[in-house]
Amino acid sequence: MVKSSKTRTGSRKPVAKPAGNNRQDHLWSLGPPVEILRPDGRTVAKEEPDIAADDLLKMYRWMVNGRVFDERALKLQRQGRLGTYAPLSGQEAAQVGSAYALEQRDWLFPSFREHLALAVRGQSWSGILLYHGGSEEGGRVPEGINNFTPSIPIATQILHAVGVAWAAKLRGDPIVTLVYFGDGGTSEGDFHEGMNFAGVFQTPTIFFCQNNQYAISLPRARQTRAETLAQKAIAYGFEGVQVDGNDLLAVYQTTRQAMEKARQGGGPTLIEALTYRLGPHTTADDPTRYRQDEELQHWQERDPLIRMRLYLERRGDWDEARETALWEEAKADIAQSVTAYEQAPARDVEEIFKYTYAEMPWNLQEQLADLRAYLQESGGQLPE
Amino acid sequence: MAHLNLVQAVNQALLTEMARDERVLVLGEDVGLDGGVFRATEGLYEKFGPQRAIDTPLAEAGIVGTAIGMAVYGLRPVCELQFDGFMLPAFDQILSHASRLRGRSRGRFQVPLVIRAPYGGGIRALEHHSESPEQFYVHIPGLKVVIPATPADAKGLLISAIRDPDPVVFLEPKRLYRAFRQEVPEGDHAIPLGQARVARAGRDVTLIGWGAQVHTALQAAELLAAQEGISVEVLDLRTLSPLDLETISQSVEKTGRVVIAQEAPRSFGFSSELTALITERLFLHLEGPVVRVTGFDTAMPYFSLEQYYLPDVGRVARGVRQTLSA
Amino acid sequence: MAQLNLVQAVNDALRSEMQLDDRLVILGEDVGVDGGVFRATEGLLKQFGPRRVLDTPLSEVGIVGSSIGMAAYGLHPVVEVQFSGFLPPAFDQIVSHAARIRWRSRGRYHLPLVVRAPYGGGIRSPEHHSESPEAFYAHVGGLKVVIPSTPADAKGLLIAAIRDPDPVIFLEPKHIYRAFRQEVPEGEYILPLGRAQIAQEGDDLSLFAWGAMTQIALAAAEELDQAGISAEVVDLRTISPLDAETIVASVRKTGRALIVHEAPRQGGVGAEVAALINDKALMSLQAPVLRVAGFDTIMPLLQLEDYYLPDAGRVVRAARRLMTY
Repeated sequence: MVKSSKTRTGSRKPVAKPAGNNRQDHLWSLGPPVEILRPDGRTVAKEEPDIAADDLLKMYRWMVNGRVFDERALKLQRQGRLGTYAPLSGQEAAQVGSAYALEQRDWLFPSFREHLALAVRGQSWSGILLYHGGSEEGGRVPEGINNFTPSIPIATQILHAVGVAWAAKLRGDPIVTLVYFGDGGTSEGDFHEGMNFAGVFQTPTIFFCQNNQYAISLPRARQTRAETLAQKAIAYGFEGVQVDGNDLLAVYQTTRQAMEKARQGGGPTLIEALTYRLGPHTTADDPTRYRQDEELQHWQERDPLIRMRLYLERRGDWDEARETALWEEAKADIAQSVTAYEQAPARDVEEIFKYTYAEMPWNLQEQLADLRAYLQESGGQLPE
Repeated sequence: MAHLNLVQAVNQALLTEMARDERVLVLGEDVGLDGGVFRATEGLYEKFGPQRAIDTPLAEAGIVGTAIGMAVYGLRPVCELQFDGFMLPAFDQILSHASRLRGRSRGRFQVPLVIRAPYGGGIRALEHHSESPEQFYVHIPGLKVVIPATPADAKGLLISAIRDPDPVVFLEPKRLYRAFRQEVPEGDHAIPLGQARVARAGRDVTLIGWGAQVHTALQAAELLAAQEGISVEVLDLRTLSPLDLETISQSVEKTGRVVIAQEAPRSFGFSSELTALITERLFLHLEGPVVRVTGFDTAMPYFSLEQYYLPDVGRVARGVRQTLSA
Repeated sequence: MAQLNLVQAVNDALRSEMQLDDRLVILGEDVGVDGGVFRATEGLLKQFGPRRVLDTPLSEVGIVGSSIGMAAYGLHPVVEVQFSGFLPPAFDQIVSHAARIRWRSRGRYHLPLVVRAPYGGGIRSPEHHSESPEAFYAHVGGLKVVIPSTPADAKGLLIAAIRDPDPVIFLEPKHIYRAFRQEVPEGEYILPLGRAQIAQEGDDLSLFAWGAMTQIALAAAEELDQAGISAEVVDLRTISPLDAETIVASVRKTGRALIVHEAPRQGGVGAEVAALINDKALMSLQAPVLRVAGFDTIMPLLQLEDYYLPDAGRVVRAARRLMTY
């Protein structure tokens, strides 16, 4: 049936749908990336998208907060006040548009770069800093926020998202799960196994790929020979869609559609958000070794924040004064979060042992007691 | 002789072997253009080209699995897995295939493969970047497990690992990558696998370590000698599998007391195997229980608490005193 | 009481818990329509339907990884991995996630998850179908490792594993799936995890074993008895956490210890048992702790596997050596 695969990979032109097979129409519908906003802030279509002004402003506020947080976190790391940190600048639209689209009851599965998505869902910036500050407390998601804890091994969290969606489906709960991963993640076995399970069991899962063009140094073109990442969904029998990941409105609207479809029993969707990591992979990486300045400049011109600001201005919802005020406010908020992070209480060594099991078995108890004895012998702390 | 740190010595070993043997190639994530996240493969791409310093997609099972095929075909692949914690997706390929193809094919196929990975804690990294997984590989027959503790050993052992006809898991203590420099012999410098090193001679206690713990052990030995007049013999195992039981026996027969310093979780770790072997084979020489100073049976904590998890000089010295008081 | 063999007892445990706990779901390859390749899940699909007994695609990573999500959501998944030789593809999911989600989330999420797999040799099967991988999982903090050696234990321990709030690797000695029948209590029957069982009392030496090796140890004990040597057989039942108390008490009584296991010796569970005895009972020992184990080789194929697996003769020989000290 999937006779179009040859045509598809070779051409971006819409392929004629085979007659009399409406059920699988979507398998052939992979077209050019969904775009709503042009880089200059104009809309592609004449009609404005149906998104409330309040939501637009809230999302823009989150994007600015994300940028301010990112810049501050980078500085903290350079000053030795934070551990290794994976910056998100350039991916604000992809993260805010997708996370904001979800409902409170839905579950979100981050990898390790989705600080902004976590914040949009209600996690505190100071908690997020704790994680990168080397405190396990940073992995504690407050009750009521259905964010999973960060997953560092690439693509592994994809299966957890499928599992939660599957469990919810079995229980009859109308929730959706959304899982983030990168372009590199699509090379891992776990990605394929997760996509396959989701297809077979029609789980309400949104596979949200932030294709930021690089997995550390390896460009997207060297990650897979496939023309798009979105087309990988075809092999698993569900819809894959590319979206301009620096276009907040396109990301938001596409995620909403996938979410509504999933909630109504329509199964999973793979969304490939085309974006760009403006900074290094992590603070331990030097991107000048593998990227050209011109490329960076090209993407800086497509900065998702600029596009959104121009759009809001064009709508008459925004001006210079409000812009300045927003940035000042964001800086103050983040500064407060940094203070809260740095004033977090000192941690007891029991934190190493707690939460390994529900009840601590004898071997851990013995080891903790021995560590305490050692510390006591050394005057309460480790000898220099 | 060049004055090199450990990661530079690794780089030298790769450079030497790639120049000497055109079958040797490196593959992994970011090992080409980027020169490796720790710069262990720096300059190899420029010197030997993209056919021999190969940037792969992000897929550990893919890297190891295809390297097995390359090795079977006659190449000498050296895989880099970026961090200890990311060796696990390749575990099945290592356990079910790399270690077994010689046996499965009755010697028709062999897998002269080296799997390099930085391992261990102490660099204030994120989760999954500070693990000590050596025991998983020690328990797999068909593999060799090698862990250097000095730049010169890193070069000499890596060269031997590359020349070895069997798969070698080569774990590099990343905490030591840039900790100090040492004279490292130029060119062809091979240290045989399976031989431990007496890092410091002593009479009273045998203190066994590997990787970064060798240095903790040496510092503890120095402290105990200076402050308490205790003479500690420090053994650097260098190869965990196959183990150099002879060097251990010679030392324990002399001292009668043993302390083992290990970063990995305590239970079912490599120090358990050492303890079992020593109590089994040297029972009548032992004057007290073998003391294990180890990480805990928990996940490796994040960096704000990792210094409590990693055995430090004080804990190791305490272990030595414990064995002397028995 | 029903007379059941070990695999029937596993089935009975699953059925009994599924009746009591509607959050319990079973997933794995061929666990539904087929009833499992060893029939451990026979009849469950029919009784509980396809929403609770889930036939999955052939993907161990997929099964274990998605069950982690299910458990985090509040279900009680019991995963079947068809053979323990096929657990390694899921190793990363087990080590990096199953073992750590409680820890990583500071208790916000936890995983009441059981991963069942038939393990061990002796059933004349192809490569990868006879391994004994317990030591890999025992070395991972956050996991529990449980191995039954009788039908009644299989039921009692599996129910305890299902009710445990933490992930449990439950390895079933397939060699004795159908080796013998035993009275197995009906309905709710729970044996606590973390407790070893004195399978036979004795005074002269302690034999530590688990899984199919418990039967070998008992056979060896009988042989030793005829030679006037009284062996105590301790069936560990839970490998992690070990029951240090029972192990140490037995060694203090007998002064001699011998550990019997199928897995390769180097780095096996026997090493930790020996190290534990060294830690806590070295001064009670009259002889070194010995290990009778599989060799540090690949598990041989069926023609030679009987030479690899410890048998009563090898155990008796080592025990006699212990008695010479």
